[in-house]
Amino acid sequence: MSALTVLYAALFYAAAAILLGGVAYKCWLYARTPQPLKIPIPPAPTTRRGVVLRLLMEVMLFRSLFRSSKWTWLFGWMFHVALLAVLARHLRYFTEPVWGWVALIQPFGIYAGFAMLAGLGGLWARRFLVDRVRYISSPSDHLMLALLAAIAASGLAMKYLAHTDIVALKAFFLGLMAFDWQPLPADPVLLVHLALVAALMIVFPVSKLLHAPGVFFSPSLNQVDDARERRHAAGWSTKIVHVNRAPIGRAGPAQGG
Amino acid sequence: MAAFETPPLGEYPVTPPVRAGAMAHSKPYVAKADLQKPLGFPGELVPGWEKVAVTKLGELVSQSRALQVFLDSCVKCGACTDKCHYYLGTGDPKNMPVARQDLLRSVYRRYYTVAGKYFPKLVGARDMTKEVLDDWYGYFHQCSQCLRCSVFCPYGIDTAEISMAARDIMDSVGLGQKYSNEIIGKVHKIGNNLGLPGPALRDTLDGLEEDVKEATGADVKFPLDEKGAEVLLITPSADFFAEPHVDGLIGYAKVFHAAGISWTLSSHASEAANFSLFIGNHDNLQKVAERIREAALELGAKRIVVGECGHAWRVAYSFWNTLIGPFDFLDARYPAPQHICEVTYDLIRRGALTLDKSANADKVVTFHDSCNVSRGSRMGDVPGGQFTIPREIIRACVDRFVDMAPETIGEATFCCGGGGGLLTDDLLELRVKGALPRMQALQQVVEEHGVNYLAAICAICKSQFTKVLPYYKHPMDMIGSVHGLVSNAIVFNRR
Repeated sequence: MSALTVLYAALFYAAAAILLGGVAYKCWLYARTPQPLKIPIPPAPTTRRGVVLRLLMEVMLFRSLFRSSKWTWLFGWMFHVALLAVLARHLRYFTEPVWGWVALIQPFGIYAGFAMLAGLGGLWARRFLVDRVRYISSPSDHLMLALLAAIAASGLAMKYLAHTDIVALKAFFLGLMAFDWQPLPADPVLLVHLALVAALMIVFPVSKLLHAPGVFFSPSLNQVDDARERRHAAGWSTKIVHVNRAPIGRAGPAQGG
Repeated sequence: MAAFETPPLGEYPVTPPVRAGAMAHSKPYVAKADLQKPLGFPGELVPGWEKVAVTKLGELVSQSRALQVFLDSCVKCGACTDKCHYYLGTGDPKNMPVARQDLLRSVYRRYYTVAGKYFPKLVGARDMTKEVLDDWYGYFHQCSQCLRCSVFCPYGIDTAEISMAARDIMDSVGLGQKYSNEIIGKVHKIGNNLGLPGPALRDTLDGLEEDVKEATGADVKFPLDEKGAEVLLITPSADFFAEPHVDGLIGYAKVFHAAGISWTLSSHASEAANFSLFIGNHDNLQKVAERIREAALELGAKRIVVGECGHAWRVAYSFWNTLIGPFDFLDARYPAPQHICEVTYDLIRRGALTLDKSANADKVVTFHDSCNVSRGSRMGDVPGGQFTIPREIIRACVDRFVDMAPETIGEATFCCGGGGGLLTDDLLELRVKGALPRMQALQQVVEEHGVNYLAAICAICKSQFTKVLPYYKHPMDMIGSVHGLVSNAIVFNRR
């Protein structure tokens, strides 16, 4: 077992733990934090089913973004869909035997790699070309784009420029998952690609990538518009208790803690 | 107040280039100690305020899922950057919703996130300093909490929630805004924003009864504190005397009169507006709302109806059930609370009102969707009722109605420029510039359709437009109440 294999095995265990643990913690925190008042953005759905539909439209089609800015929508949606296809394509390195649909989409995954780069390029260009977006961009916003672009580029480089031993790589990851470590091919491009992916996994729960779980918890999107029909209370508003039909002076709220 | 130029109206709306610091001088008067104390806030900046502010920020975030999610989720995509009327009117980049949020987010990151604690420069995290506080005071009072940006945000991030939190934090360290806090104090003490005591209110209402009698010959009553009335009307105190608000109040009275619905105002709760919303303080929010429950119980009302008031309707529709509910003592056949437009619309649909459009024959009307009605509430039983119902009422009262450009109405409506606690003369420049997008859309329908009447259902919109319309070369009396139109058109049938 080479030092390199040990290093990368440890890196991926740590990265996976941070990603899963971090995102799970954040989801728990979002779920646990009360939303004391009703703040759905109208026109808001009046049923839970409507809310599910609204969230699906946001998550799958980026509906609000489409209304706001067609260019950002185009590049953003292209990037995210391509990323999804690329991730799906990569499932073949983690499954044995490879699932039928994963085998089927392999060629699309390649195109998606280019689409991903194009989308990232468009988003990045906006950060330089549009004065308003330039103003709001921090170094971390540029770095995040650089990280994603470098991951896509190094992945494509292995497809077209410097092939790696893909069979050995798959054995490495299957081994990681089964706690039966196998040697990792020591190709520089692969090592760069994997290190960047691990970095992405590690920064996920402490960065703006939290928008992915966050969107589902956003009260303005996930609340039902039924304030008059159903009395809503959470957090501090649960402490408001009214005694029915009490005369003035005694009808006040019993404000606790 | 420094002199300023009214922004020119072009042929098309344009997004201005970034002009850093263009509105850095805009700051409302600070509340003195005597205005802070009655609201439970320190009178002046407390010692060690930096720490107090940071602690308060942590508390607020832990009590609000909205803040927790919104502060984490922004990806700086820029979708909101050209959506705020204050950015469009001033070009100051800190008036872009994301940049306004970042004033607070940068501090949150510094003290409450891993990235901000260890790599502040990288993620744009900042220490809580006097400079930051000054920025907060200036720019969180350049947000009218109109919720427009949240419609366009892919994560529904609502800058109003963040600006309310920032104002709450500032109040908690002793830095409050004079205008809002003075008004909230008056509501606590006297019962309405104007500080109009009961006897003066009765006088005003008597005067209105005489006016209406003179004009129509009908005995339309304006009851106050009448026990056993079916409807308790909660309306903004501006409706009692300000123009064009009062025409709206006369309209409500005529509607009740024509439909034979007994109603009353309350001297205990003679104010619909709840300015505590603007300062994001839920103790005051609850306390101000509580008067209405007390009044309804005392008077034995069966229904609560809210007059034309934008933020009031948001608080009433979205928050009252939580703050002062349950309303199990009211007649369950009616929504609680109900908007005056819902009442009038139902009566029109049932043929219970006779409306003569010729009374408004001189008018070509357009409707300004008020921000907090549009994006903070609803009317009727289907989504979007807050847009259709007022328009249906107008159409029933006038022959000629046209809408402004679709991207400036409905849920995408522009704020009048004076909402959220900014309707004060020390912010006049901001108000005039912030009205630009609405004035741009108005100009278009004036030129194309000869519009001469801008109808609204919000006391703030009405006051704001009265003030800023002349800056854009329109007559100030172009703005009017929706129920002002109803008031003109309504015909009393002899029973």
